[in-house]
Amino acid sequence: MLNKTGIPTTEDLKTVTPSQERLKKGPVAIIECFQKIPCNPCTEACKQGAILPMQDINDLPKMDFDKCNGCGVCLSRCPGLAIFVVDGSYSAEEAMVRIPYEYLPVPQVEEEVVGVDRAGKELGTFKVKRIQSGGPKNKTYTVWLAVPQELAMEVRSIRLGGVRHAG
Amino acid sequence: MPALKEIEVLIIGGGPAGLCAAAAAADLGAGVLIIERDDKLGGQLVKQTHKFFGSRKQYAGERGYQIGNLLIEQCSTKAKVEVWSGTTALGIYEDGVVTAEKNGQHLKIKPQKIIIATGASEKMITFPNNDMPGIYGAGAVQTLMNVHGIVPGQRVLMIGAGNIGLIVSYQLLQAGVDVAAIIEAAPTIGGYLVHASKIRRAGVPILTSHTIKEAYGGESVEGAIICQLDENWQPIPGSEEDLKVDVICLAVGLSPLTELCFQADCQMNYIPELSGHVPLRNDYLETTRPGLYVAGDVSGVEEASSAMVEGRLAGISAAYSLAYGKDVAPKLQAEALAELSELRAGPAGQKTMQGLKKLMEKGGAGC
Repeated sequence: MLNKTGIPTTEDLKTVTPSQERLKKGPVAIIECFQKIPCNPCTEACKQGAILPMQDINDLPKMDFDKCNGCGVCLSRCPGLAIFVVDGSYSAEEAMVRIPYEYLPVPQVEEEVVGVDRAGKELGTFKVKRIQSGGPKNKTYTVWLAVPQELAMEVRSIRLGGVRHAG
Repeated sequence: MPALKEIEVLIIGGGPAGLCAAAAAADLGAGVLIIERDDKLGGQLVKQTHKFFGSRKQYAGERGYQIGNLLIEQCSTKAKVEVWSGTTALGIYEDGVVTAEKNGQHLKIKPQKIIIATGASEKMITFPNNDMPGIYGAGAVQTLMNVHGIVPGQRVLMIGAGNIGLIVSYQLLQAGVDVAAIIEAAPTIGGYLVHASKIRRAGVPILTSHTIKEAYGGESVEGAIICQLDENWQPIPGSEEDLKVDVICLAVGLSPLTELCFQADCQMNYIPELSGHVPLRNDYLETTRPGLYVAGDVSGVEEASSAMVEGRLAGISAAYSLAYGKDVAPKLQAEALAELSELRAGPAGQKTMQGLKKLMEKGGAGC
């Protein structure tokens, strides 16, 4: 249960995951926001009209995957760091996963980093393809990570500098 | 400095509520004095490095310290706002005189209206050795790290999975400090789940229905024994775990800092949903002592976003009662009230809504 562990369940994820077909088409934002809290910056960030305006600021974000072009502006604006962009069209074997990142050091392009899942479990070593700075005001970095296709919906963070002992 | 400083609106506390109150009252034309105990304005905002929730109206997406700087800047550019920092309010007297201390000097202020925006203080829990060096309140850890640039230790046990426990855990990780676990006595995580997920991704276990049994160590903390709780919040024998940590951080809730309200003889009620004793007040945040308003955590512990709106509402109301802004004040009040309703409308605001309902129902019952 998400509210006991902090880890979204498969059921939770189903509600926010685009179809395989859409994932293969090109980059798309995945909003892993499952709790009604008063928060709406994602709706204002989206210039494509893909994240629908909220009736009530406590509503969950609603996403029109067909309108989303995967620009990633919402990813860098989300205060909860809960938005990821997945591009299943990157190559036959690999998908590109974009991850919001607020730790130091910031990885370098072409650096190999450990990819972890939503529980912090290590899934392998993957290559950083691009780093976007959020700028002096926003400050959140976007890490572009090439991962095997089958891990596109699993890898959600990275870890630098070896293994951390997690209980 | 005059023997008795006269001012139209005195604001006690220069955090998010106080700063917004000052700006709002001054914008309508009232003369404002903010007194702040700390040397710097901003309250807890200066330590908040994460992006805030809410909407654009409450600066959502900006980081707490950035909002703090913005509010401080806003006040510093207003000729009608005077700030006395390093100044601690001492008492509110029957004749309306407020006394304060600054640099060992005893100061007297005669305001026409008072807004108390003193915030909240941290709660503590009991367990053996809870007075050992290495045991901190979450506020102290934030002050050490984010104000002074000092990490509290190497490996931390966080107690409490409310927003403060989650956020401070994240800040510890960002500072390169290991967090062994976050434990929470309640069966579910109290803070925002996006914060929890962010920390969980970093590999930190969040253990609900868990508590601390004891801390141990020699001269300072060397570890903690934690255990699981059953559905009646009783320790489950044999569930003990030994965590080697050198810091135990307590994030077990806040209490409204209401001493001045009690002393000013505001009618107080104990409302658990608002985290303690809070003053009875009307929709416009005026307490049972005429001319005395409250805003922010002192009126019930909530988020900074609502504290800012409450501050604005109290500032408008105080100025309006002095006959400022006759044409615009009612509209501004209505806007602030609508914003508060909006922020509190969802499940996350239910506790506050219930608390406020209880407070209004208790009305004349007293504490």
